[in-house]
Amino acid sequence: MTYVAQTPEQIRGLIAKAKRRDVAFVALGVVALGIGFATFVALFVDMLIDGWARLSPEFFAQFPSRRAGQAGILSAWVGTTLVMIVTAAVAVPLGVAAGIYLEEYAPKHWVTDLIEINITNLAGVPSIVYGLLALGLFVYAFGLGQSIRTAGLTLALLILPVVIVATREAIRAIPGVIREGAYAVGATKWQTVRDHIVPYSMPGILTGVIIGMSRAIGETAPIITIGALTFIAFLPPAPVTGDFPFLSFEWLKAPFTVMPIQMFNWTSRPDEAFHANAAAAGTILVFMTLTMNALAIWLRYRLRKHIKW
Amino acid sequence: MEARTQPTTHATMLGRTPPGAAAPAGSAPPPLKAESRGLSFHYGKFQALKSITMPVHEHRVTALIGPSGCGKSTFLRCFNRMHDLYPGNRYEGEIVLYPDNTNLLDRDVDPIEVRMRVSMVFQKPNPFPKSIYENVAYGLRVRGVKNRNLLDDKVEASLRGAALWDEVKGRLHEVGSNLSGGQQQRLCIARALATDPEILLFDEPTSALDPIATASIEELIAELRRQVTILIVTHNMQQAARVSDYTAYMYLGELIEFDRTDTIFFKPRRKETEDYITGRFG
Ligand SMILES: Nc1ncnc2c1ncn2[C@@H]1O[C@H](COP(=O)(O)OP(=O)(O)OP(=O)(O)O)[C@@H](O)[C@H]1O
Ligand SMILES: [Mg+2]
Repeated sequence: MTYVAQTPEQIRGLIAKAKRRDVAFVALGVVALGIGFATFVALFVDMLIDGWARLSPEFFAQFPSRRAGQAGILSAWVGTTLVMIVTAAVAVPLGVAAGIYLEEYAPKHWVTDLIEINITNLAGVPSIVYGLLALGLFVYAFGLGQSIRTAGLTLALLILPVVIVATREAIRAIPGVIREGAYAVGATKWQTVRDHIVPYSMPGILTGVIIGMSRAIGETAPIITIGALTFIAFLPPAPVTGDFPFLSFEWLKAPFTVMPIQMFNWTSRPDEAFHANAAAAGTILVFMTLTMNALAIWLRYRLRKHIKW
Repeated sequence: MEARTQPTTHATMLGRTPPGAAAPAGSAPPPLKAESRGLSFHYGKFQALKSITMPVHEHRVTALIGPSGCGKSTFLRCFNRMHDLYPGNRYEGEIVLYPDNTNLLDRDVDPIEVRMRVSMVFQKPNPFPKSIYENVAYGLRVRGVKNRNLLDDKVEASLRGAALWDEVKGRLHEVGSNLSGGQQQRLCIARALATDPEILLFDEPTSALDPIATASIEELIAELRRQVTILIVTHNMQQAARVSDYTAYMYLGELIEFDRTDTIFFKPRRKETEDYITGRFG
């Protein structure tokens, strides 16, 4: 009785059998990838064809209008850009600091375990819930208004769990011997965090930020909940002014709209011509997301090039 | 002068003549740099070291040998309070550093201060993913050194001290992790040397290296004892015999025997030591 292949023929038979499984798995993977990719391409091309005629410089420079042919996305893309800036400015420092605190400073016991579980769960909470929370907290309790800052804070809350989890995972990926190496030459905890933990986990943190921001840029429900306008024909005050101190933050308090809301508004009109506008705006939103991702991937590549252990 | 009286104290504890007494006439035992006194260590409930009392002679190489799991790394890492980084660890006893008689394990002594005086080189080379220059300069940077000339001089001197200067002088600003394994380990030695430590700890520094790189590190260690006191953990009996002046044999968390290396290898007092040295050990 032999249980193990012995003769060359038996061994070859075994290898051939194992290799057939390889081929089957590769085929399955290619099909799965193909379905996903083809769906995206089909949707995107369909949208591009519908909106093609409307994609012109004027489309970016015009406010929404009652006449489809004259309507543009000026207020929407400016609004989306500004809201994203606020979101990143709030979520990245807060999320990174929280992640570092939990990983490096917090004592490990049941309270931190509980916090950890809750943060992971928060990532799965429907976005409309964040909208309701923001309406109660930011708009009514804090009186921040139906403004860009409220929207930015709301989306920041929404992506905070993603940034925290990504930060913690990136920190955990740093080998213990690297950390010990820093402590061994006499570094304090803060020096170790500043000079090693943060720089080495940056590529991973950026990945989390990309994922979070891509989710935030397409969010509609929480933004509608806090009361974004669907029709707005003016821009927020400029951040740079002619008078001292030349910087103004009045724009944070301005009413606004964002790309997904503008699209939603146009698709819900009976006039077919507006649907073309929605398709064009959708195409641009996809490009905005892709540009953001490309920038982050490039940054991550630049940072990661030197980090290996 | 306290330091000079220590060897006698210590020898009395072990109940034998002071180390170095068997040396040829004229070579007085070197002064002590440090001494572990009744050191016990616990990982949570597990006691890894049992009341270890052992001297560390200044400008000498002391090797720690013993079977895997006997507590060599644990003992070594007490000298720079590395165990403080993890919760649940507990020391008892003391490690006194001379000439100032500081107890390194004292709660009031900051582990950062200890690590500034006692540096370490790890088993696996662990250069930071930064430039060669920044790797070596890091210990100085955490001490607040900003003067460019001083940094340049120190980096060069340390790299020379680690016998790496000639190989890397043209590419100080390239990433340290691109070097070969042996070069990386010498870079880590340079990093540890840059801050002029009083004691340098090595935990199996050559176990991840090939024989040629190992030979160059061993040569380096023999050189380095002129400037610094060295403690080295090794699994390699020949290495202990080649590089060390004193050898400690440990077993199951206890110090079984400590003596001059030649005595340990040729005339060990204890049967267990002899069995281990000659390979009769399980
Ligand atoms: N972090 C830890 N927590 C609990 N026990 C530990 C820990 N590290 C080591 N030990 C235990 O302490 C004992 C001594 O370990 P140590 O690493 O000092 O041995 P060693 O002599 O260096 O062995 P090796 O030659 O294999 O490196 C072992 O029994 C080990 O299992
Ligand atoms: Mg060890």
